[in-house]
Amino acid sequence: MESDLPSYRDQSEAVKARFERIKQREVILEVRKLGKRFRGPQGEVEALRDINFSVHRREFLCVIGPSGCGKSTLIRILAGLESQTSGDALLDGKPIKGPGQDRGMVFQGYSLFPWLTVKKNVMFGPQMNGQGRDEAERDALLWLELVGLQKFANAYPHQLSGGMRQRVAIARALVNQPRILLMDEPFGALDAQTRAKMQSHLIDIWRNVDITVLFITHDLDEAIYLADRILVLKAHPGEVQELIEVPVLRPRSPAQLASPEFFATKARLEELIHPGQEPEPEDEQSVKPHMIRLTNVADNVE
Amino acid sequence: MSAIATWIGDYTGLDAHKRTLLGIGSFLLPLLIWCLVSYVPYVWHPKVLVTDPGGVDYFQVGSLVDKSMFASEVANMEKQHLAIPAGRPANPIYLPEPLEVAKALYTGLTRTPQQSDTPSMPASLWHSIQVIFWGFLISSVIGVPLGILSGTYAPVGRLNEPFVEFFRYLPAPAFGALAVAILGIYDGPKIAIIVIGTLFQQVLIIANTTRKLEATIIEAAKTLGTKSLRLLTRVVVPGILPDLYRDQRILLGWAWTYLIVAELIGTSTGITWYITQQARYQHFENVYAGIVIIGIIGFGTDLILAQVGRRLFPWDRTLDRS
Repeated sequence: MESDLPSYRDQSEAVKARFERIKQREVILEVRKLGKRFRGPQGEVEALRDINFSVHRREFLCVIGPSGCGKSTLIRILAGLESQTSGDALLDGKPIKGPGQDRGMVFQGYSLFPWLTVKKNVMFGPQMNGQGRDEAERDALLWLELVGLQKFANAYPHQLSGGMRQRVAIARALVNQPRILLMDEPFGALDAQTRAKMQSHLIDIWRNVDITVLFITHDLDEAIYLADRILVLKAHPGEVQELIEVPVLRPRSPAQLASPEFFATKARLEELIHPGQEPEPEDEQSVKPHMIRLTNVADNVE
Repeated sequence: MSAIATWIGDYTGLDAHKRTLLGIGSFLLPLLIWCLVSYVPYVWHPKVLVTDPGGVDYFQVGSLVDKSMFASEVANMEKQHLAIPAGRPANPIYLPEPLEVAKALYTGLTRTPQQSDTPSMPASLWHSIQVIFWGFLISSVIGVPLGILSGTYAPVGRLNEPFVEFFRYLPAPAFGALAVAILGIYDGPKIAIIVIGTLFQQVLIIANTTRKLEATIIEAAKTLGTKSLRLLTRVVVPGILPDLYRDQRILLGWAWTYLIVAELIGTSTGITWYITQQARYQHFENVYAGIVIIGIIGFGTDLILAQVGRRLFPWDRTLDRS
């Protein structure tokens, strides 16, 4: 590494001040010594061990890590879809005991209800809450306008593209005014262009609404572009490796993908996630491809 | 590759034009074979239809005689210098010609029967349809809720399914005598047989369909604040509706196949009665007509239901491929 590249820990004054402001706000989500073990096909598996972190109001936290590090398990425990075997997860100081509207969730796969129109999908949450039809419709149309899909209010999910469906999923979660928005690799199934658009769209929403976001991804660029802080997990068992404060200045723009702070952070993340010196585990070695030359010796493509 | 090979070698799916043509071909092919066997004298035709009995005293016009016997009688008559019988090649009585069957179908449906106290074909058919209707309705009223509950709640499923799996292997016709003893000899046991034949399959198939509902949809509903009973009524049931509809369509076809067996229990009624009567009188063209009409009604209903299903559930992608 060149000596004139800043360390990812160096923060400019503006960035430092910003983090001070964030830490002043109240803690929305607190995770203390969270652990999850379950019985797998080969005996007991420890998916998460001793996870500790807290999220402040209106913060954007990304969770990143290699596959199998328990990111999905963590977010499912926070959503209430699974329960932990040890430790606490507290929302506004109260333990999380099951799914609810206070924790909105956006899934990676398409989770919209295919038998309902886009508008009715967004109305679902308020109606479950007991709101009347007209009120729910008003709120739904408002949120559809905010995500730019008011024209598609009466379309069905199967008629929309992937990016549009995720926008509806976000609107459907946010219409219930949750305390925190949990997102499990929501843009993973989208193509690169749509993903970039959705990232700016998400930042736009986050900037203008009182919402805290916890975002899981495996894309390092996405994590640095979106997050205030990045929680890096490691696999087998899932443990916190580091909680990085992203030194890149806000508001973030695509131009900053070339900034030195960005590079430094990305280098650090790569170090943590792909250390490179580890020998391959045995099961990986047995399925390693073993290519032999099948074409004519003279017929080269490189 | 030859033209036909390129035309039919499309494995990735057919366009609508090809589909219709091949679908029609699927019916034309057996029909063509049937016409071939019926109308071309050199194909099969093991018997001889007597047109002129000649000197043989036991021959009558219109009777069917084995080829070998006819040949030996002809030789006999020639030896005795009596009139030689004449005849043309024909198929056995149990293979009528397509045209005969078509005529029988037409007359069966339109004309009233000779004996006024016996029901006509349309009346028999209507009786059969009613029996199927009630059998399927009773089976569905029990089977559909039980299936959905078994699929949604694991304890309910575990309590139900082992016994249902076992019962499924008991052949419904075996319950015939029992059904008559309990329910009498008229329509009761017939409906019971259809219920027994359909219900147990129904519970298992619908439970399986319910289990296949995408878990993400149920989890998304949970994160939107949906609690247990509403999860069932507002998420699970609407979610499985297209697949439930398709399952019911298939099960209706299943119930339909139990019809003949069911109608033999107790007093013979309905289309089965019509078919067995005609077989007794050796009017096999009417037998074929009766069987064909059952097929037409069953198949036609299925086609109509499939079309309705495509309209009702525009979001179900699997319907496009069938």
